[in-house]
Amino acid sequence: MKSFTYERAKTPADAAAAVGNMQGAKFLAGGTNLLDLMKLEIETPTHLVDVQDLRLDRIEKTDQGGLRIRAFATNTALAADERVRRDYGVLTRAIVAGASGQLRNKATTAGNLLQRTRCPYFYDTNQPCNKRRPGSGCAAIGGISRQLAVIGSSDQCIATYPGDMAVALRVLDASVETITPNGQTRSIPIADFHRLPGNTPHIDTNLAKGELITSVTLPRPIGGTHIYRKVRDRASYAFALVSVAAVVQKDGTGRAAFGGVAHKPWRVEAAEAAMAQGAATMTAQVFAGAKPTSENAFKLLLATRALASTLSEARAA
Amino acid sequence: MMSEIEMSRRGVLAGSAATAALVAAPNVQAQPAKTAAPATMPVSLTVNGKRRDLTLDTRTTLLDALREHVKLTGTKKGCDHGQCGACTVLVNGTRINSCLSLAVQHQGDAITTIEGLGTPDKLHPMQAAFVKHDGYQCGYCTPGQICSAVAVLAEIKAGVPSHVQADLTTNPQATNIEMRERMSGNICRCGAYSNIAEAMADVAGSKA
Repeated sequence: MKSFTYERAKTPADAAAAVGNMQGAKFLAGGTNLLDLMKLEIETPTHLVDVQDLRLDRIEKTDQGGLRIRAFATNTALAADERVRRDYGVLTRAIVAGASGQLRNKATTAGNLLQRTRCPYFYDTNQPCNKRRPGSGCAAIGGISRQLAVIGSSDQCIATYPGDMAVALRVLDASVETITPNGQTRSIPIADFHRLPGNTPHIDTNLAKGELITSVTLPRPIGGTHIYRKVRDRASYAFALVSVAAVVQKDGTGRAAFGGVAHKPWRVEAAEAAMAQGAATMTAQVFAGAKPTSENAFKLLLATRALASTLSEARAA
Repeated sequence: MMSEIEMSRRGVLAGSAATAALVAAPNVQAQPAKTAAPATMPVSLTVNGKRRDLTLDTRTTLLDALREHVKLTGTKKGCDHGQCGACTVLVNGTRINSCLSLAVQHQGDAITTIEGLGTPDKLHPMQAAFVKHDGYQCGYCTPGQICSAVAVLAEIKAGVPSHVQADLTTNPQATNIEMRERMSGNICRCGAYSNIAEAMADVAGSKA
């Protein structure tokens, strides 16, 4: 691990300014992903700004009847919140489908959104990777790609966004609230938060340098049956091959987003009109234009089956 | 002079006192630093009820602070990447992977390691249950398993939901499937899982 200096910020504005004004500085929240990557020298910050003293960890009602989740509420606290379990069950389901109990106790809401891909070539510093070292090439294309993206990828990068929580946030139309180094605040719809790789796969999100996530807001509850179905190689503690976050209403209409398939949570709102016509009709639209590799083409069929099983569970509920 | 050299040689041979011996040797000249010295910081932890004031390289994980600086080697380093759970400790009562946390993040925190749960003369009920149910074979993952198991029962009691819970609006119970799911972050290469679940059920007063 490269040496670094460390400080604890006292206010969100100070934290944003500290990272924004120093080359090589990064935020440190739970650290469960960052520290892993620092040990491998994939991340090499020279200065860490720890945000724990900001005490941004409460979950509160918004004036609009939704919830404001402060950025550093832990995954466990968010999943366990009574209002989330009752009104946004897909979010609790997604969180508890990810990682382990120990990790969820330390990992935060903002940190979870910013976790980096688990593409094996991103992790292997002996291999070229445009995400890790821009311009070095992509060893995943033509390499072992079973876990990697089937849609939205580019000829520079076929990595996936690995998380579960953000897939649920996408289906719930969450927004990410931030503060910039010059003290400006803004709200980013979750749909616009993560990026597709394009020609800049080293940039995961649309956050600016030093822009600090302060909260994630959920609109008022939409009712329906909340399901998060995750298909993975082990029954627990494994990343998704394919996941489905769905909210299905009694009349068969609803919303669905997919995880494990793209560089961001994958949701095609226009395809949701086809939900009542069945999983295959809907996923044909959701995955139109997919470019799977020979090793991961199975994900397309798996996505249809995962959605079919989700819709059947919703009908039975 | 000779005696100091002799001392330092013995120190090197003894292994553990090498650094102290070098500091004591008068003729060692300071080399000009090629790069800035690694950043260090003071960190105070309360470990198993005892305050520990340390000065650490900022890179030191909580795990390495416990093992290499506080000299409590009960907590084990398995993968060092948060995948195996051997390093599980309780921080302010909550279980975390101590390998994926910097010691400097834990200024003022209360840490409980396996040494703080019980002693050979006075085992924690979970330790006793692991012995009774043969919840280990080689024992390397056991400190992490036991710390995790203690925390899992507390999490169930506190109503923390899990992946296998049928109804999120009800309180979880300490069933076998719940404990298996909640312990999935602790890997046991010997495969003592079923006995670990029985030990936990014994402590929880439920059937495995």
